Formats: sequence, C-alpha cells, structure tokens
Amino acid sequence: MATALSRLPLLQPRTLAEALRLLRDEGPLVPLAGCTDLYVGLHFGTVREPRFLDLQGLRALRGIRRHGETLVIGALVTYSELIASPLVRRRLPILAEASRWVGSPQIQNRGTLGGNVANASPAGDTLPVLAVAEATVLLRSVDGERRVPFGALYTGYRQTVMRPDELIVAIEVPPVEGRQWFRKVGTRAAQAISKVVMAAVRAPHPRVALGSVAPTVVRAPRTEAVLAGGGTLAEAQAVLVDEIQPIDDLRSTAAYRRRVAANLLAQFWSDTRRRR
Amino acid sequence: MRFVLNGKRTDVPAPPLKRLLDVLREDCGLAGTKEGCGEGECGACTVLLDGAPVNSCLVPLAHVRGRKVTTIEGLRSRVPEALAREGGTQCGICTPGVVMAAVALGPKPNAARVREALAGNLCRCTGYAGIVRALAGPRAAPHPRVRAAGAIARKRRG
Repeated sequence: MATALSRLPLLQPRTLAEALRLLRDEGPLVPLAGCTDLYVGLHFGTVREPRFLDLQGLRALRGIRRHGETLVIGALVTYSELIASPLVRRRLPILAEASRWVGSPQIQNRGTLGGNVANASPAGDTLPVLAVAEATVLLRSVDGERRVPFGALYTGYRQTVMRPDELIVAIEVPPVEGRQWFRKVGTRAAQAISKVVMAAVRAPHPRVALGSVAPTVVRAPRTEAVLAGGGTLAEAQAVLVDEIQPIDDLRSTAAYRRRVAANLLAQFWSDTRRRR
Repeated sequence: MRFVLNGKRTDVPAPPLKRLLDVLREDCGLAGTKEGCGEGECGACTVLLDGAPVNSCLVPLAHVRGRKVTTIEGLRSRVPEALAREGGTQCGICTPGVVMAAVALGPKPNAARVREALAGNLCRCTGYAGIVRALAGPRAAPHPRVRAAGAIARKRRG
C-alpha cells in the first residue's frame, strides 16, 4: 500500500559514475525511471525490493542524437519524446508509431524506452521494433561498457543478460533499409497490454518480430527465410504459426494469437507491397 | 521537497517515494485530484508536470523537485463549464482528471485529437460523447440517443 511505499529509501545520484558506484557497492538496488511499471507493482505490493536508485538525475542517459550512421537513443528518453523526434520519425518511424500505442498520453509522458527494454516484458510495445531494427543495447558498469545485440538481450521470461551492477545507457539503432511496418492488437486502442504486437521490415531479406507470443519478444527467422526465398504468403503463415509459442492467459488464447499473428503477416505483406 | 505548486513555491517535508497523489491530497490539502485505480489506467489523478499531463499515482515526490505541478485547484479554464453544459460530467470522479488532460490540448482541437488526448481517462457515466462535445464543439459528437431521450422528455412535459 501507499504508506509502505512512502517509507522506502531512495538513492539519488547526480552522475552516471556515481550511480554505477552505488550499484556496485550498495546493491542490490532497483533502478527507477518513469515508474509507470514499477509503481504499479510497488503500490499493490507485488514488488518487494527494499531500495531504489533514481535515474532521473542522470543527464548521460538523456537525449536522441545521431552518431555517424547510428541513431542513439538515451535510456531515459520518453515515449512522448520519441513521438515528437524528427530524427526518430525519419529514421525509425515504427518506433514513434509503437510509442503512440503505449498506454495513454499520461503514460507516454513518463515511461522511458530504457524502462521498456529493462522491464523485459514479452508484451513491451517497442521491443519488436528494436528487434527488427537489429538495435544494440549499450550497458555500463563500473568496469566499463559493453554492447549487447538486442537479439541476445533476453534469456527467458523477464530475464536478461544484464548484471545487477549494469545500467542501460542507450539504445543504438543502425540504418534500416526497406519499408517499416508496425501493428499492435489489443482489447482497445489505449491502455491495453498487447495480445499480439508485430514489427516488420520489407526488404530483400524481410524481418519479422513479434511480442506476446513467446516468453520473450522473438524474431521469426524461419518465416523470414520463407519470405526471402520467394515462398508464398500462405507458406510463410503456416511456418509462422508453428514458429511462435503463444500461451493462453487472461488477455487472450494461444489459438487466437496464432490466428492474429498469421493475419498480421498477411497485412504486413500487402501493406508493404511496392505500388506501381 | 521543493517544487512549484499551482504557481507558488512550496516545500513539502514528505518521503521521496511518496506518491505525488498522496502528497497533494494529504500534505497539501488539495483533494481535487482523485484516486481511481492507483495504477495509471483511469487518469482520475491526472495533474500537469511542467505542463504535461501525468498520472500522479505513478509519480514519486522526488521527481517533482524543482518542477512545476499544476492541479485542478490551480487551473483557470473554461473546460469545466463546457463539460457541465454538454453533459460531459456526471458522478464527477473522473472530471478533474479529464479537465487536466484536456487543457494540454490547446485551442479548438478536433474530435480525433480530443479522443486521443483523453484515451487515458476513463469515464463510466457519460459515454464520452458529452466530453468530446464539450472540448471539440457540439458538432464533434452528436448523440442520437441523448437527443431521442430529450425529445421524449419534452413530449412528456408537453
């Protein structure tokens, strides 16, 4: 309840170096940014972590910029900032589109891209976008930095390769060739956790990634191979429904998710057909 | 914790992780901001943080340090009158949040903009048509059933 929450301690570093030192020496600490996920769990008593590290004071985690050909998005960048960014809209429009489908304007004003990635939910709306963009996650600890390909970040349901003393500093996105496509299917347009969410790129070797159909966000490499090899849409759909592992849960059923995933693939394929 | 509340500098001695919603209601005596769901779904607790609508149930007090918080009590707006006029409020618990989300819209939004801006504000009474009418103008959301009910009422009175 709220009273218990108000008694929990919070560490508020001013610099990234200080934050990383605290993570190493004072851990375990739970990093806290937009609070749109964490506060739900805290308020209802499902998160039992005793101590928190506030990231909001860390300038090094802010901002959207270009570094050579790479789009660099700070971990603290909010969905609203992604939606408003000309750079994101030009380079990775499906990230701005996915952000528009997150929660509500109130949530978009607070929730962060780094939080969506770190939270490691299989239903995270931006995650299929980062998967098809073949983004890289820039991690930092006191020992230095390392870059993890987005496809290697998640090891299982809500599990990542991140160490407890590491923070996400930024998401790096290389140029994406081809037509980008995104669609989220939920109970309603706003405030819905996705039943199925798909991002895709139409290129000589198409890329397809889905959320809410497996323990983590997944690419669909076998489906991609069928499409790249000139297979029919029906063949690709048959492979896709076999390739994903959706479950029955309170939001939807596995059968529905398979059907919708196949339908989304068809929609992607027809929406991105080159018009003559 | 120092911040600017409804245009006035304020200093609230409360724990850093206390929800802004509770700080406003309990420490600042501003009960206009309502708690609906407590998990960012309903928008009843919407306030402006540096002018942008946020759910105050998901904001730790620590995050408003040095920033501007605006609540329904600090607002000068014609939105409440418009909501009353168009039947955009009934039981009233969602109304402060609706007003706060609406003021971020700017002047003369169209119905689509209104619906998107209010996507995070649940109202279980009005069916939203009155709210959209109030914010986007009477033509934005004509409501045939309400009209029919009005016609029946007039007939009975007559």
